[in-house]
Amino acid sequence: MTTYILRRLLTSIPVLLGILFVTFALARLIPGDPCRAILGEKATDVICDEFIRRHGLDKPIPTQFIIYVTEILHGDLGTSIRLGKPVTELLVERLPTTLELSLAAMIFSILIGIPLGIISAVRHNSAIDVGTMVLANVGVSMPVFWLGLMLAYIFALVLKGTPLQLPPSGRLSPGLMIPPFYDVWGWQLGKEGLIKSLFVFISQMNVINSLLIWRMDLLWDALKHLILPAVAVGTIPLAIIARMTRSSMLDVLGQDYVRAARAKGLPRGMVVIKHALRNALLPLVTIIGLSFGAFLGGAVLTETIFGLSGVGRIMYDSITARDYGVVQSFTVVIAVFFVILNLIVDISYTFLDPRVRLD
Amino acid sequence: MAALKEESIEKRPKVARLEAEGLRTSESISFWGTVWRRLFRRKSAVVGLWILAFLVLIALTADWIAPYDPVQVLIGVEPVKMRQKPCIHLLGCPEDQPQHIMGIDGNVRDQFSRILYGARLSLLVGLSTVTFAIIIGTFLGAIAGYLGGVVDNVIMRFMDVLLAFPSLLLAIAIVTILGPGLINALLAIAIVSIPTYARVTRATVLSVREMDFVEASRAMGGGWGYILFGRILPNSLTPLIVTGTLGIATAILDAAALSFLGLGAQPPTPEWGTMLGAERNQVFTAPHLVFFPGFAIMLTVLAFNLLGDGLRDALDPRLAQRGEE
Repeated sequence: MTTYILRRLLTSIPVLLGILFVTFALARLIPGDPCRAILGEKATDVICDEFIRRHGLDKPIPTQFIIYVTEILHGDLGTSIRLGKPVTELLVERLPTTLELSLAAMIFSILIGIPLGIISAVRHNSAIDVGTMVLANVGVSMPVFWLGLMLAYIFALVLKGTPLQLPPSGRLSPGLMIPPFYDVWGWQLGKEGLIKSLFVFISQMNVINSLLIWRMDLLWDALKHLILPAVAVGTIPLAIIARMTRSSMLDVLGQDYVRAARAKGLPRGMVVIKHALRNALLPLVTIIGLSFGAFLGGAVLTETIFGLSGVGRIMYDSITARDYGVVQSFTVVIAVFFVILNLIVDISYTFLDPRVRLD
Repeated sequence: MAALKEESIEKRPKVARLEAEGLRTSESISFWGTVWRRLFRRKSAVVGLWILAFLVLIALTADWIAPYDPVQVLIGVEPVKMRQKPCIHLLGCPEDQPQHIMGIDGNVRDQFSRILYGARLSLLVGLSTVTFAIIIGTFLGAIAGYLGGVVDNVIMRFMDVLLAFPSLLLAIAIVTILGPGLINALLAIAIVSIPTYARVTRATVLSVREMDFVEASRAMGGGWGYILFGRILPNSLTPLIVTGTLGIATAILDAAALSFLGLGAQPPTPEWGTMLGAERNQVFTAPHLVFFPGFAIMLTVLAFNLLGDGLRDALDPRLAQRGEE
């Protein structure tokens, strides 16, 4: 198994290098002067000369590529001209919001999608099955930004005054603040350092932070604000997961060992959950892993609608402000993240399915 | 040939007799005939086809059925206000008011006419990006699959890299650099979808190239270009048709997303994503301006998704063997 994992790790290196090459090439394709494209039209010649020298833009292309890769490996993702901050700093600030949203969307799509798929498969061709599949088809066809806007309209305006009313924007109600868990616990953290950054990062995820300090009122408020964006981002993956679970379950339910389990007198529910579902879940791991790309893409479109200041929001703002550096760096980061996620999915297969190890 | 024809005509009474005796017979039906029949047996695919036919009809006849010019500002032409709610005479809107069944947009234009013209644009967007991606993707995939070795490795590793990006984000990065605009957005969506077609083609070429008829062509002295593009490719089309149909749905959705972000079609073009993006902040005051363009996108994408799913099942020989489920 170690050989398999090592081989899989080694094969991702060319892909990672390829990602860097593509983003590098994209940056070189910016029409006109790269300095003014990145620093803005108002950059003076002196600033541009310094910029060109610092980034080695006067050197041959292969050397430039090596410089670019070295910079990224050193954690230097460039600077946002619009905000005057290093991109890495922006990433640490904004990622918790996006991560929280993506995880909430993922949990929503799994918790609803898998049971729906199972019920559809078990009650094949029934009204529930047909209804679920119609909904799944509509779900994958919906533009996520439209769904987000419609949800905001329905739950914030149409249902206003009912218990179902939900806030359409922000992460907490106005006036509320969640104190970081390390302050509440009375921990003294230094000014800098990895541990401090990690704690700050965790404390910015409102749901986890309010759980850590055990404040249920704050937790409820944070959750209420998370529901609409999570449903918007999670609907397309939910539809895909429901469809995959259904077809995978139908495949497994038709197999001999399931019939054998039923024939020896095991109750139907037990066969479905213990025998069939475990095997049917395998292809789903890949689908859920790959859906993360959809979660992130969805986050770019959804965060702007729900007024969340995450990675997606900053991507959107940078696109409109032509802040190329940020768009490029975030694309690299997300693509690398995506590759690592796929790697984890592949490796998790060796634990879930022994046949992969023997291959 | 003539003898064969006569023989089949002669057999007909025999078929009729067997059928009369209640015995099952099978007449030869062409491959596409079977596929078509199986497609029509699937309710969802038929619904998809109907929606698509409806949208094509709208796109073709937009010039005649649209009550207004899609970019015409109605200030001074009619007594209408900015972002006015829909006015339908049949539903009780006073007769003296001009009828606008989907309301008036933020620039005082007729929303219904813009939605109708949008169908034309969306269908064109879907078809053109997928055609472009299929041509390039098929070419690359076919060469990679047929030649193998270094060529295969270089092409497919590059495709792997493109697939490593979440597609919408790569498209965003490309358009940010190329500059916003419909053509650039289409190009970006086409580029990010090339790897899918390259992979599909490569996989089918790999399986078809070992078949006897290809061997026969080779034995008869056919060059690799002829064998690949004249013999192998036409026989690997079926998976491409399915992927292409589903790909149109994704392309339309992605193009709408880019336009929504301001990277695709620019105002005043009647593009659904652009229309939605322009009015997104008015969702609480003028929800009709957000609802209709989004619904139109969903309907179009749904049509292609249903049709693509139906085609996949209809073209799948395994399903045919399992008694055409």
